[in-house]
Amino acid sequence: MPDPLRIALIYPSLLGTYGDGGNASVLAQRLRWRGIAAETIDVGMDDAVPEQADVYVLGGGEDVAQTLAVSKLANGALGRAAEAGRPVFAVCAGFQILGETFLDGRGDTHAGLGLIDCRTDRLNGPRAVGELLAEPAVDGLSGTLTGYENHGGRTVLGSAAQPFATVRSGVGNGDAGVDGAVQGSVVATYLHGPALARNPALADYLLTRAVGSTLEPIDDTDEEELRRERLSFVRRAERTRWWRRQWRPPAQGA
Amino acid sequence: MTARFTLARAAGATAAGLSKLTGRGGGTTIGGRITLLVDPHALEQAALGREIALVSGTNGKTTTRSLLVAALRTREPVVSNSGGANLPTGLTAALATDRTSRLGVLEVDEPYLPRVAAAVHPKAAVLLNLSRDQLDRYAEVRRLAGIWHDALTASPEITAVANCDDPLVTWAATGAGKQIWVSAGQRWQSDSTACPVCGDVLVRDADGWRSGCGLARPTPEWSVTGRTVTDPAGTSYDVELSLPGDVNVGNAALAAAAASLWGVQARDAFDAMRTIGAVEGRYLQTTYDGRPVRLLLAKNPAGWSEALAMTQPDAPVVVAVNARAQDGRDPSWLWDVPFEVLRGRPAVATGERSRDVAVRLRYAGVEHIRVDDEAEAIRAAQGHGQLEVLANYTAFQTYRRVVGDA
Repeated sequence: MPDPLRIALIYPSLLGTYGDGGNASVLAQRLRWRGIAAETIDVGMDDAVPEQADVYVLGGGEDVAQTLAVSKLANGALGRAAEAGRPVFAVCAGFQILGETFLDGRGDTHAGLGLIDCRTDRLNGPRAVGELLAEPAVDGLSGTLTGYENHGGRTVLGSAAQPFATVRSGVGNGDAGVDGAVQGSVVATYLHGPALARNPALADYLLTRAVGSTLEPIDDTDEEELRRERLSFVRRAERTRWWRRQWRPPAQGA
Repeated sequence: MTARFTLARAAGATAAGLSKLTGRGGGTTIGGRITLLVDPHALEQAALGREIALVSGTNGKTTTRSLLVAALRTREPVVSNSGGANLPTGLTAALATDRTSRLGVLEVDEPYLPRVAAAVHPKAAVLLNLSRDQLDRYAEVRRLAGIWHDALTASPEITAVANCDDPLVTWAATGAGKQIWVSAGQRWQSDSTACPVCGDVLVRDADGWRSGCGLARPTPEWSVTGRTVTDPAGTSYDVELSLPGDVNVGNAALAAAAASLWGVQARDAFDAMRTIGAVEGRYLQTTYDGRPVRLLLAKNPAGWSEALAMTQPDAPVVVAVNARAQDGRDPSWLWDVPFEVLRGRPAVATGERSRDVAVRLRYAGVEHIRVDDEAEAIRAAQGHGQLEVLANYTAFQTYRRVVGDA
């Protein structure tokens, strides 16, 4: 029997505030259901990040935890994995720390890991909290992306990073109408939900790259039902907002 | 007492009475709202001359409030807020409608603790635990600990009765003028990995927890081992509660420590607490359609972990989840809950977010069905014996109505 595929969940105790640890469970189960052995490795703060994992997963966390995580990851195995083309999937705070800079708990600019050409500062408006709907902007991935965003950061992409998706409803990066970033083998987004539970196509997109061949389809009835319900919820909410605007247009400059 | 407050209290009582009469509700919230509208200082006025204990924390507020009330009532009448009305409106209504009780026990929604403490000048604040909950509203748990810390620093006359096994609670309580530390346990540690003061990694071992900056678990005066509680004199008590779960022994220890401030002996406190069976539907055992059912409330990952640990092994379960404003709009937290422990047991997903639950159970490897209607979910559950109904806040209220408890 071949070695199991290894999914490394980076510092779930720091970057696991918003349920994003579920992304690792989803990846592992979708391999097992296809008869491919898989194991998830919860990388604790005192553990070394594995050099040879097949997928690396990072989630969202609080400001203080985020700064602690980046200090532990600097010049480490995660950067070497990304350079070697191993898939890295990062969400929210996990996304921000992979960039060139982000803001720490005090609001000071902090150096990130530099795996994505982007910089994160503060959104001009209120914190972005709510359903996020986006259309993928990468080859090999189709179907509307659904999730929940909850962040105060605005992320501006540099020329080396491509947008991950085009925002249809919600805020995303808060810049250029896009969400997330793709650079080399690194995929990043503001989608929680967890993203891979709400978007099994995205899970399979990452797994295809990890396995190196196409994967058999899976019966995703439960996920499809959830996706239909969420998409229609956002459509209804958008309609309500549209009618409100007709009734009371926003003030100039607001 | 000011004339304005007397008028405000009368106006609130009238509004509450009308609301009840017209069948619009219990009247607590509207009564309190009207009272506060007529006199913005009504909460302060209604608290005058009373000795008050506040109870706050992410989980166990209602249960611990009710345990503390039972302990203090061994001495004299106590006014308290029931029905989950733990915002300033509900607290105002509770205090304004009871003119005689000198003692008060108020459970307070976590972010309102500073405002309420400033108004009612409590003698004690019982601080249970802090963990992730309704992140769409509060964003970060640490911020809540921070506002508690500042509120306690601003009112040094308050004694904090605090769970020293919880680093966030401990840090908040260090702001108080005086502390009674209670080692009440902490099953959920995922929100206190980093030190709330310096951001360093907290070191945990058999002796507790500590940070590089010097913040460390204080030596507790009260401690819990299994179902035994030891008081500051070193006397141990086997605590027999009617409520299930280790977590409630910890809550009982915190309540007994608070009651000791009013001279209640620990033995008397624990005896009185035994009379508490179900608290506003929580832990209620009943039958529905001839089937034995138990209701367990769980609002967030820490609470769900405790509730799952309380269920009878092999018992069938209903998992009911809504995502209204009071629940938190984002049920991503379902993925922080160890539903894997339900493998091999019959499970039903229901509630307004039953589809999120179904997907979560699927990946946890738990065979399940999904049923939209909450009452139908009970009937549809396979298996025998007591059915454990686990529900989050508004879904729980639905189940109280379904089984005829509210």
